Amino acid sequence: MSHTPIERVAASTPPAIASRVRGLSDRTLAWIFVAPTIFLLLAVNIFPLVWTIRLSLTNYRANRAGAELEWVGLRNYTRILTDPDIWQTMQATAHFLIWTILLQVLIGFTLAWLINRKFRGNDLWTTIIVLPMMLSPAVVGNFWTFLYQPQIGLFNYAVSFVTGIDPSSFSMIGSVELAPWAIVIVDTWMWTPFVMLICLAGLRSIPDYIYEAAAIDRASPWRQFWTITLPMVLPFLMLAVLFRGIENFKMFDLVVQLTGGGPGSTTELTSINLKREAFEKWRTGYASAYAIILFVTVFGLASIYVKALNKVKER
Amino acid sequence: MSGYSITEPTPRQKWIAGTLVVLYALITILPLLWIIATGFKSPADAIAYPPKVVFDPTLEGYVNLFTTRSRATPEALEAMGPPETWYDGIVRQYGMVISGPSRYGERFLNSVVIGFGSTFLSVFLGTLAAYAFSRFKVPLKDDLLFFILSTRMMPPIAVAIPIFLMFRTLGLSDTHLGMILLYTAVNISLAVWLLKGFIDEIPREYEEAALIDGYTRFQAFYKVVLPQAATGIASTAIFCLIFAWNEYAFAVLLTSGQAQTAPPFIPTIIGVGKDWPAVAAGATLFLLPVMVFTILLRKHLLRGITFGAVRK
Repeated sequence: MSHTPIERVAASTPPAIASRVRGLSDRTLAWIFVAPTIFLLLAVNIFPLVWTIRLSLTNYRANRAGAELEWVGLRNYTRILTDPDIWQTMQATAHFLIWTILLQVLIGFTLAWLINRKFRGNDLWTTIIVLPMMLSPAVVGNFWTFLYQPQIGLFNYAVSFVTGIDPSSFSMIGSVELAPWAIVIVDTWMWTPFVMLICLAGLRSIPDYIYEAAAIDRASPWRQFWTITLPMVLPFLMLAVLFRGIENFKMFDLVVQLTGGGPGSTTELTSINLKREAFEKWRTGYASAYAIILFVTVFGLASIYVKALNKVKER
Repeated sequence: MSGYSITEPTPRQKWIAGTLVVLYALITILPLLWIIATGFKSPADAIAYPPKVVFDPTLEGYVNLFTTRSRATPEALEAMGPPETWYDGIVRQYGMVISGPSRYGERFLNSVVIGFGSTFLSVFLGTLAAYAFSRFKVPLKDDLLFFILSTRMMPPIAVAIPIFLMFRTLGLSDTHLGMILLYTAVNISLAVWLLKGFIDEIPREYEEAALIDGYTRFQAFYKVVLPQAATGIASTAIFCLIFAWNEYAFAVLLTSGQAQTAPPFIPTIIGVGKDWPAVAAGATLFLLPVMVFTILLRKHLLRGITFGAVRK
């Protein structure tokens, strides 16, 4: 037990004093508790960010570490912003973002609204719907290439079963027109449950008495939906859109396994493009500037959005 | 509850809603069932047209997943005598012999080590930080909390460049330790936010009573708060584990031989022979634990997703 003199003294003193002698002060304890987390985040997040900014002003190439470093100022930035290929990438990303968010919000909200009818066994079916979002996007993307195979794939077979089109006549990931939709479909399949769960939390937060009051006032169900349900779920829905927006702007693993950015560069989203510049062409300085531009874009858009969200919440 | 409520949906509404949701759930789970089924097909059945729903199950995919094989001449096969094990038998039908184990086992084990290692570390550090944020006056508390959260907005590839260089300098590339530290850093922001929510819910009076009874602050934290927060800690751990288990971008860039996890490895199983059953088998073994976990722990998990998101 207590062997050091201080512990022996501590054990024999009344509790109030003992806690002061043996225990650390709250202040010290707070720092001991918080410091490792802050240190880790500084080392793995902030330090790299600062380093990226520094690299973005040079022509450094990571595969030629010995070469002399040249400062190029903002040249990397101007080159990226005037590059038409990058704008094509941005367009592909915008297409992906807009359609995935639109579909996920529509389907996700509808599902949540249906589940909120509280039919029997709804929590088990909810769990089944949630399964895809728990899985590894890279492995899922890889397997969807099998489902998308022209002749033998389950997806093509299902489409031909419903529409009567020959299953070998179209290739979801091989064709320039269909590939952008192929990634939208898989992302929607995978992430609709996320939007659904947040909407469900929103719907369940609406107290019953509001509907009761509306029913007494003879508001039609249609009117109740537009004046009660939707406005009260809106902050939740906007939050879901924020998360999906940030995640899909960063999208890499699912799409890289599914299409690899192809055919050509039709599905080359910004993260895939960035990876190619950084780790295939090894233009480290250029890619760093690219990374900073992306980060500033996400951060800027997210901040504006959060402001709008707070306004909606205040109403 | 009264027998009649105007907000309670009618049985007919419930029936329609239920049917639609069940229909969606069945469509959504079909691709997953298809992965599992393909793992038990022979290569010919896997690429049959029309797709085969009824087939003779075989363990070929799993044998191919765990072994490397080489072609042998009929004479050589003859000379070897009858196959000693059932898996030898399966391989011999194709004029092949097993030449050794594949790397899938190693990769799977790496995923387990890195997943559990980083989960333990992020929950451990996250609990300490969350407790401090919840109970003490930390200077610049709100700024620190926002800073912790904002680290999640960075695209992994954007941070990957300097981390790649940093790991190369420190000798952490392609090591378990490097990946554990990296995943911990990514997870800890979520862990702190989730855990702070759980700890905020525990009444301060419990600790204050303990302090009066002569506990030190640390003892109060350890003996009073921790047991109360156990459920919250467990569900946070599951989220961290699932993230680390599924992560691909950092894994594919920072690991190659030694510490490579399963997600970057599984797509390479396909090889030149288009061995879909082996890929499906690999994917099944990797995805199934998460599916089972999700179904068993659905109450905590579903709450955690919305809780984490809505709080932020």
